[in-house]
Amino acid sequence: MHDITAEDAKFRHEVKTFIRDSFPDELKRKAELGRSFSREEQIDWHKRLSEQGWLAPAWPVEYGGRDWPAHWRYILEDELAIAGCPPTLSFNINMIGPILIAQGTEEQRAKYLPRILSCEDWWCQGYSEPGSGSDLASLSTRAVRDGGEYIVNGSKIWTSGAHHANKMFCLVRTDPNVKPQEGISFLLIDDFNGPGISVRPIPFINERHVFNQVFFEDVRVPVANRVGNENEGWTVAKSLLSHERLGGARTAETRRYLENAKSIASRELDGGERLIDTDWFARRLWRLEIDLIALEQTIFRFVSDVMAGKTLGAETSLLKARGTEVRQGICDLLSDAAGYYGLPFEQDVFAVEQDETYFGAEDLVTLAGERYSSRGGSIAGGTAEVQAMVTAKRVLGL
Amino acid sequence: MWEYTDEQRLIDESAAKLLERIYQFEDRKSRLESTGSWSHTVWREFAEMGWLGIHLPEDVGGIAQNIEEVAVLMRQFGRHLVVEPFVPTTVLGGHLLMNGAAFHVAQERLAAIVSGDCQVAVAFSESSNRFHLNRMSTRATSSNGSTFSISGDKSVVLNAKSADVIIVATRTSGADGEERGISLFLVRADSPGVTMTPYRLNDGTHAADVAFRDVHATNEDLIGKLDEGFEPLDSAVDYACVATAAEAVGAMEVIMEMTAEYLKTREQFGRLIGRNQALQFRMVDMHFALEESRSMVAAAMRVLDAATQSRRALVSAMKVRVGDAARKIGQQGVQLHGAIGMTDEYAVGHYYKRLETLRTLFGDPDHHLGRYGIWSQTANDR
Repeated sequence: MHDITAEDAKFRHEVKTFIRDSFPDELKRKAELGRSFSREEQIDWHKRLSEQGWLAPAWPVEYGGRDWPAHWRYILEDELAIAGCPPTLSFNINMIGPILIAQGTEEQRAKYLPRILSCEDWWCQGYSEPGSGSDLASLSTRAVRDGGEYIVNGSKIWTSGAHHANKMFCLVRTDPNVKPQEGISFLLIDDFNGPGISVRPIPFINERHVFNQVFFEDVRVPVANRVGNENEGWTVAKSLLSHERLGGARTAETRRYLENAKSIASRELDGGERLIDTDWFARRLWRLEIDLIALEQTIFRFVSDVMAGKTLGAETSLLKARGTEVRQGICDLLSDAAGYYGLPFEQDVFAVEQDETYFGAEDLVTLAGERYSSRGGSIAGGTAEVQAMVTAKRVLGL
Repeated sequence: MWEYTDEQRLIDESAAKLLERIYQFEDRKSRLESTGSWSHTVWREFAEMGWLGIHLPEDVGGIAQNIEEVAVLMRQFGRHLVVEPFVPTTVLGGHLLMNGAAFHVAQERLAAIVSGDCQVAVAFSESSNRFHLNRMSTRATSSNGSTFSISGDKSVVLNAKSADVIIVATRTSGADGEERGISLFLVRADSPGVTMTPYRLNDGTHAADVAFRDVHATNEDLIGKLDEGFEPLDSAVDYACVATAAEAVGAMEVIMEMTAEYLKTREQFGRLIGRNQALQFRMVDMHFALEESRSMVAAAMRVLDAATQSRRALVSAMKVRVGDAARKIGQQGVQLHGAIGMTDEYAVGHYYKRLETLRTLFGDPDHHLGRYGIWSQTANDR
């Protein structure tokens, strides 16, 4: 993201200084090697951000935010991602927080927002179901009213991070006899680790654990934990403003991958030449870099529009799809750069001791796994095809 | 090729029958989870079928078939994601021993391969040579011209953990990058000075990094002549390129079948997702990439015994086309399945991972594009 004013540049410098002073060396090393952070490491980092007042800077001041203009938020996210800091828990900060601020009751805000800022809660999102993926509104997890409570039965799937979470916000069916979108309610499940809820891990093809399936069996949820009116949950879930989706392209993270590709290619050899000096590799890399620049410039233009008071529409839905495509291209390039060392299974290599016979560089180990993970980007949170449909319909009027 | 002769149809049907019996996706998965490796029981079955000597001479117990028949078998291996070390032992090892080893060594080792009692690894890749077979820092030195001392580090050597013998590429003279001056030695895997660290690959097969420190070898252990090991190695690797491309064809076929089936059964927004033209068009692209892969594998088979330049050019052209198709079909197979395609419990992702491995083995499309450029020019000049 570009700096518009001198003040922006000063702010960016402040962020860099903070990261230099606060981002622990051992986490920095982990990031350099592409290793994943533990739950505790992520929470500790969130606490540091929170102490600095930068955990949820886009929130209004009265709820613990800073009311920052859109581009400052991107400067912060940019610098954090480029440095390899643990990514901000998006379900906490960018999803349930803003939803509660806009649609929650005063009691709900008072109860949950401080716990997000103090890192006591880890939220997961219960949207997709086995039969309801792209067509989310067809969901069938049932919530039946029983006095002051709902009784929830059913199952959610592809629930990222449910194994770390202690809270869930979810969509449930409260009226099966109306149009699909009109019979859905938005519930907050407080006691996610409590009775009636079980979590089954669904390992990725690289055996990393992100996805889960969640089962509800007669789970009791107080009516006070509903956000918005009964049967209006669809509107609640859709209420996130499009400018809040500008971060979906995750370009800063992709830039980090690109820098990583350059550093690996400056060392790995092909026919006695450094990869970065070979024509074939350099051109593949430059093309991807230009893809990324074009995307960054587009986001920058959209952010400027928002700052000028313009309301963005569906044009933001393609940002995530395009951002994923560029990232996938760079992940392919990275694992290709590793050559034969893109083949070993990362968990087996992690187990190799220092004095054992292993000749691959340490920073190549996770590249193939990352490539496999990157394939999920064009599926999770709305497939690339669904994003394209939205753009075709709402932007192009087709 | 791909229009099978009666003989080939027989191989295909018997392979399909056996693999359907012992190699269902769930069987494979539970075997891999319990042992972390390939199965000796399965290997015995392969030996009984005669597959371990499919292209080896009859006097060692083989059935002396050609690359076309090997490809028939490899396609079925691709369809079932076979993890047994057929490529390192039978394809690469068998090919090198048959064409380059001293007579009595070849007879003994090949007979043991055919009966299922000998495992082979071929060590040619190193951490700094990428896919170039003419570059290595492993050296074999000799003071008397008859005994050699081998030292060097080899990377990601397929099947090294299980190998009884390792064929190792060394430089005996000349400068790095020269074809002349490369020599291949057959050494026992338990020789003093050989150490290794095995690990699984992403597709469930395994490999190891292997260090050689003053490992003893003699003239008798040479595969091919002293200083003239490059061409035997290069042609064996080209042979393996064709075999593994046929395997990739089998894996791509299964992805196409699974994905078409999914598009015809999965409903979203009240209709089958396969009714969406955008997805139909993508399937058509994938289908044609598979057709071209089949064509290129068939074309490459025809030049395996042709002049070196033509062979190198067309095998590389095939590797480019099949490698590109493998990635496209693997990635889109996952994408068109949606989230379930990303999971370890569903087969399509395993086919994708296997295809990525096959795409990389013996050189990825970027490497072979360069090799094609060099040898297609030379071939045209002739």
